[in-house]
Amino acid sequence: MEFLFVTLIGVAFAIASLVLLSLGLAIIYGMMGVINLAQGELIMLGAYTVILSSAHGLGVWGGIVLAPFVVGAIGLVIERCIIRFLYGRLLDTMLATWGLSLAIIAAVTLALGPTTEGVATPLGHVAIGDYALSVYNLFVIAAAAVSVGFVWALFNFTKFGLIARGTMQNADMVAALGIHPPTIYMATFALGSALAGLAGAVMAPLTGVVPSLGLAYIAKVFITVTVGGAAIFGGTLGAGVFLGAIESAVSFISTPIYGQVAMLGCALLVLRIAPQGISGLWRRRG
Amino acid sequence: MASARLTALELLLWGAAAVAVAVLPSVLSIFGVVQITVFFIFCLLAVSLDLAWGLAGLLSFGQAAFFGVGGYVYAIISMNDATTLAALVAAAGAAGVAAGALGYVAFYARLSAMFLAVMTLTVTLILLQVMGSTADPSYHIGMAVLGGYNGMTNIPSLALDPPFVSARALGPIGFFWTVSGLLIGVVVLGRLLMIAPFGRVLVAIGENEQRVELLGYDVRWRKLAIFSLSGAVAGLAGALFSSWGSFINPEVFSLAQSAQVVIWVLVGGRGSLYGAIVGALLVQALTQYLGSIGTAYTTLALGSILVVFVLLLRRGLLPTIVRGVTGRIAAADGVRQR
Repeated sequence: MEFLFVTLIGVAFAIASLVLLSLGLAIIYGMMGVINLAQGELIMLGAYTVILSSAHGLGVWGGIVLAPFVVGAIGLVIERCIIRFLYGRLLDTMLATWGLSLAIIAAVTLALGPTTEGVATPLGHVAIGDYALSVYNLFVIAAAAVSVGFVWALFNFTKFGLIARGTMQNADMVAALGIHPPTIYMATFALGSALAGLAGAVMAPLTGVVPSLGLAYIAKVFITVTVGGAAIFGGTLGAGVFLGAIESAVSFISTPIYGQVAMLGCALLVLRIAPQGISGLWRRRG
Repeated sequence: MASARLTALELLLWGAAAVAVAVLPSVLSIFGVVQITVFFIFCLLAVSLDLAWGLAGLLSFGQAAFFGVGGYVYAIISMNDATTLAALVAAAGAAGVAAGALGYVAFYARLSAMFLAVMTLTVTLILLQVMGSTADPSYHIGMAVLGGYNGMTNIPSLALDPPFVSARALGPIGFFWTVSGLLIGVVVLGRLLMIAPFGRVLVAIGENEQRVELLGYDVRWRKLAIFSLSGAVAGLAGALFSSWGSFINPEVFSLAQSAQVVIWVLVGGRGSLYGAIVGALLVQALTQYLGSIGTAYTTLALGSILVVFVLLLRRGLLPTIVRGVTGRIAAADGVRQR
């Protein structure tokens, strides 16, 4: 019974971290059709915000609060300097952000050194029967739930969300109604960046933080968003649940490496069957 | 640049290249020859990407994966007492099959160009992790120990071993000629392919896939064919690479390596095969120069080059220069004719 509970928490954690890490890109891709290959580096910058803030006396929690703002601002600069010239040119955006990703990794390496930094995982453990459960893992699950809830509410109940969804459906019509779509894109990109920063900050106490941290996440994030398809919430959540469950199940049986391989294999299978991602399947039926 | 006919100039260029390759070893030191050999191997890799990306617009972000597959297959087979020539052929074949399998998923599911890019990238990263996790000596295939992130060492060098004659290792100069010969051969075949009807359909697919389909061509198998061919050439380059250094490690599957291939072709200019070679040589020279300062600077420079070229010089160097020159000539001609 306790074993089952702990295993379920483990699966929930895998799903939550996948969703948390993917949410930023899901918004950027779902709203703007932009595949941002530097998303992993935004996650890495979020993680470094936590490292730096705990080194300068603000603590881990200060860093987690700060990270979305810091990384959101960086995302704003990236959008203004690079992305906005490339809207509608998908592959070019990918190439440019790929270059950006390499440049950011190198810049951080030069600035902060290539060594692995870390902070202690806060909150300690609780005992469940014979098992020790990290409370921080529960916090990650909560953070993912709150993030998804926040974004969902933002897009469904605010004026910004209404305009943003309108821009996604028909940018010309929105422009005709007197709203400047590029401003909406800019805000959306900054929001997606901020979420990546938050994800990186939340994950930072669980992993060693190195400049190449983003590379460890990027494959997962891309596969989740691609498998999810264009529907931001349903798609990402669905893909996160599906892939997270497969990954943690296979990792549990063999090694985390095979977990990742199984996840990729399933993702390719899904894309072969449903080229638009799983949200494409729902749309076809609906 | 990617003209649909062979010009006399181009034939002359091939001849000049062959002569240059024949003479180079007597001009350069052995060190220089070995150095140029690896540059040419990278040129072959760049050309392989240009075959898919330049011709049919199929951008593979995982060209380094096919390169790596070729390198590993060559290492594994040649270390198990097979002839190195057989290993070379098997390496190209295996990479071609790998590209074919990926291409089948992508093209027959009609995934968009972007999904192909994401897929190839992800496969590359997974390969990096899988090959990196083979550090335990129990991971071996026959006598070949995979070695995790430390890679495989003591890979036999390529030897031309005709049947019934004792094998003889090629030596640096012989190997240089083999690599150069393969590079020139692939470029010549690639150009002939571009001129053939098959190649013209591919170029049309790159420009407007839907129109080509409406004209009654099956684009799926054509894309699959060129993508597999591109993978096979990349695998060939990988095999030559692991023979060149007698060494291969999972670094070949790293993101930086994949990015490098794209940067070569982007800088040189895609669609002509020559641009890919120019780009590979230029960027590789820059990398080597910066590498003496520090690897982080190299990565910083490569990343910035990628961003700048995408934003400002999308056609790449060679087409921009050629268009500048021929544009001026054409303008002068136009004035004369009118």
